[in-house]
Amino acid sequence: MSSFRIFDIAASAMNAQSVRLSTVASNLANAESVSGDPNTVYKPLMPVFQAEASAPGAPPSADAGVQVQGVVQSTTPPQKRYEPGHPLADADGYVYAPSVSPVEEMVNMISAARSYQNSVEVLNTAKDLALKTIAMGK
Amino acid sequence: MPSNINGDAIFGIHADAMRLHRQRMEMIASNLANADTPNFQASDLDFQAALAKAAGEAGGLATTNAGHIGTPGAADGNAAVVHRQPNQNSLDGNSVDVQREQAAFADSAVHYQASMMFAENRIRSLLTAISGE
Repeated sequence: MSSFRIFDIAASAMNAQSVRLSTVASNLANAESVSGDPNTVYKPLMPVFQAEASAPGAPPSADAGVQVQGVVQSTTPPQKRYEPGHPLADADGYVYAPSVSPVEEMVNMISAARSYQNSVEVLNTAKDLALKTIAMGK
Repeated sequence: MPSNINGDAIFGIHADAMRLHRQRMEMIASNLANADTPNFQASDLDFQAALAKAAGEAGGLATTNAGHIGTPGAADGNAAVVHRQPNQNSLDGNSVDVQREQAAFADSAVHYQASMMFAENRIRSLLTAISGE
């Protein structure tokens, strides 16, 4: 355990939240990536957060950081649109759009940004205190 | 005045207080880091109990043999960890209230600085005494 464990914790949170922001960006960027096949259409991505544990299955300690356990694909079925003039349309004239909800993504983005800011605050406060402690008695 | 100069005699309770505040800030940082983790239980330090324990440890008896019975103060430092009761239960089982954690973090940081200032003033008065000016 490092003597500046708090930095590791804040950094793990910033890392996790930036992964979350990346998935939001990816989902929004691909919101209109339509496909003629419902199986190959873009699936919205979602990160799964987990408290860091010393060993797999062990309960997290009181000073656990956070980690991204994985990024999973949404199982929501894609939207079916009737656009016979679309170059990617299938034989019946349908194209499939990913089930990205812009509202959900924006809310996710704000939440991730706020959590990231929180971690930056923690990091700054911890850094100030650590520097003051080092300079103690001078 | 203490006849021998050791950390406890110079800084009194503040050395323990700083250590415990650092530990508490780590726990609050962990709560904030896991504010979006499903089923995460927020924890905090029962500061009064932890400080009483730390003070007890300093004057407690050392157990050097497996047959020795430890004094109450010599228990492990994690015994003062308590789980937070959330103000409002969330759907994903997470018990972190971000606003409360932020307030607790600020509180702990200010207390840390206060203890640091006391310790620093102690160093200054000792320096004054040593230099004799």
